[in-house]
Amino acid sequence: MQLDEIQKRLLLEVADLHSVPEGAYNIRANGASAGRQSTENIEIVPKTDVSGLEIRIKPGTRNESVHIPVVMTESGLKEVVYNDFYIGDDCDVVIVAGCGIDNCGRQDSQHDGVHRFFVGKNAKIKYVEKHYGSGSGEGKRILNPVTEVYQKENSSVTMEMVQIKGVDDTERMTKAVLEEGAKLVVRERLMTHAEQRAISAYSVELNGKKSSADVVSRSVARDDSYQKFDAKIIGNAACHGHTECDSIIMDHGRILAVPGLEANDIDAELVHEAAIGKIAGEQIIKLMTLGLTESEAEEQIINGFLQ
Amino acid sequence: MLELKDLSFSVTIDGQRKDIIKNINLNIPKSSLVVITGPNGGGKSTTAKLIMGIERATGGSIVFNGEDITGKSVTERAKLGIGFAFQQPVRFKGIKVLDLLRIASGKRLSTVGACQYLSEVGLCARDYIGREINSSLSGGELKRIEIATVLARNPQLSIFDEPEAGIDLWSFQNLIEAFSRMRKTVKDSSILIISHQERILEIADEIVVIKDGTVDRHGKREEILPHIIGTSSAVTECRAADKKGD
Repeated sequence: MQLDEIQKRLLLEVADLHSVPEGAYNIRANGASAGRQSTENIEIVPKTDVSGLEIRIKPGTRNESVHIPVVMTESGLKEVVYNDFYIGDDCDVVIVAGCGIDNCGRQDSQHDGVHRFFVGKNAKIKYVEKHYGSGSGEGKRILNPVTEVYQKENSSVTMEMVQIKGVDDTERMTKAVLEEGAKLVVRERLMTHAEQRAISAYSVELNGKKSSADVVSRSVARDDSYQKFDAKIIGNAACHGHTECDSIIMDHGRILAVPGLEANDIDAELVHEAAIGKIAGEQIIKLMTLGLTESEAEEQIINGFLQ
Repeated sequence: MLELKDLSFSVTIDGQRKDIIKNINLNIPKSSLVVITGPNGGGKSTTAKLIMGIERATGGSIVFNGEDITGKSVTERAKLGIGFAFQQPVRFKGIKVLDLLRIASGKRLSTVGACQYLSEVGLCARDYIGREINSSLSGGELKRIEIATVLARNPQLSIFDEPEAGIDLWSFQNLIEAFSRMRKTVKDSSILIISHQERILEIADEIVVIKDGTVDRHGKREEILPHIIGTSSAVTECRAADKKGD
């Protein structure tokens, strides 16, 4: 696999990969596959009609992983990629996606990943998606992920979405539809700085009895950045939904939190919580009494908050 | 070790100047345990905050180990060897007990090492080390973790602002034992406690009564304690509990 040093660094940031991962993988670099491997249980096939992959995981596959990171270092590259995951019944797998853009040029670089997950009965998946940007060019680093999750009975999906640094503009749309007994857990961590803009919207439909969703976002808006968190949970059955947006605002940052709940069944139990505030002065002072400077204290508080 | 010279602190409320601390002169010798007591609102906690730099003196000076620290920041004072346990400890979302103890110790503290500090304040370390310092902790648990952070820091001068508040009677004895151990751990170290608990006053070498922003009395425990027993400056646990229930 041929990757330059910057691409390798991006790969490490978004997928914790030092080299080729174990198991099934596809590494996409500047719009083309730089390496791909299927395994006995996990098949990765490129789509023929549009750019993207079909990832088919055989029923009963356990303790295996799929890595599909994307790295971009060419300024001005814009792409839309459609990846579909078909996860068989009774699987227990980890899927690691993520995109890193290094833009040193003047033109915007943009990656819009559309991921659809069809999760079989009793299957359990953990999905990790990290977004990262670097480079000193004037061109923006733009990421607009769309994630759709369709969960069959008693399946369980845990999503960890992280965007900490360097992405100038992002519009993240996540949609989930859950059948009976299915469970969705989302943990989003977001930090924006400079003049970045990030929009994150969720729409979760709890259609089956005993289905549940827990969508929690923790975010920090620094400098002149803007964030919008729009989380909607729709309860169409005897279900349990919880959404939480907890944000720290700094400098001239702005945050709009729009939690939304819709109950269409008498036994739907839905809860939302939202809190936005600056770092408490007492927290900084406490850490200063332990020997940290004011800025070190702020960093510790933010790091802990985004852990 | 610590000298307060004509220390003053005033605030301006609605254009009116209010003197909170009025020309306090006080000397805390090395290797001593000094308890500051006095009526509520008399300026005890403010004095403690002025020493740590959380409030900035509006007059006078503070000398620590021969160095004038009046203009120094909280961080600088902490680095010089002053530690502070808050009366009402703050919570941190996401920061774990182990993280805070590591920050306090200023080194890569081992889990075993961190557990030791928690045991000293009567917490079962295994249950707490990985806990976040968030609203899932009770006031009493938080208070003990706060004291553990000062133990982990091992300062030359430790200041405890009403350390007994929210701590039950069983751990009260533990707390007193922890103070004795602290004095042995760091050579020549001193402890300054803000409290009107009789049991804490009983272990003091010296007692300072601060009233209306001034030092009302200061001397050896044997001299001062008899004069203040039965007043609001020296209450027993039961009376303290009654007071809280008011």
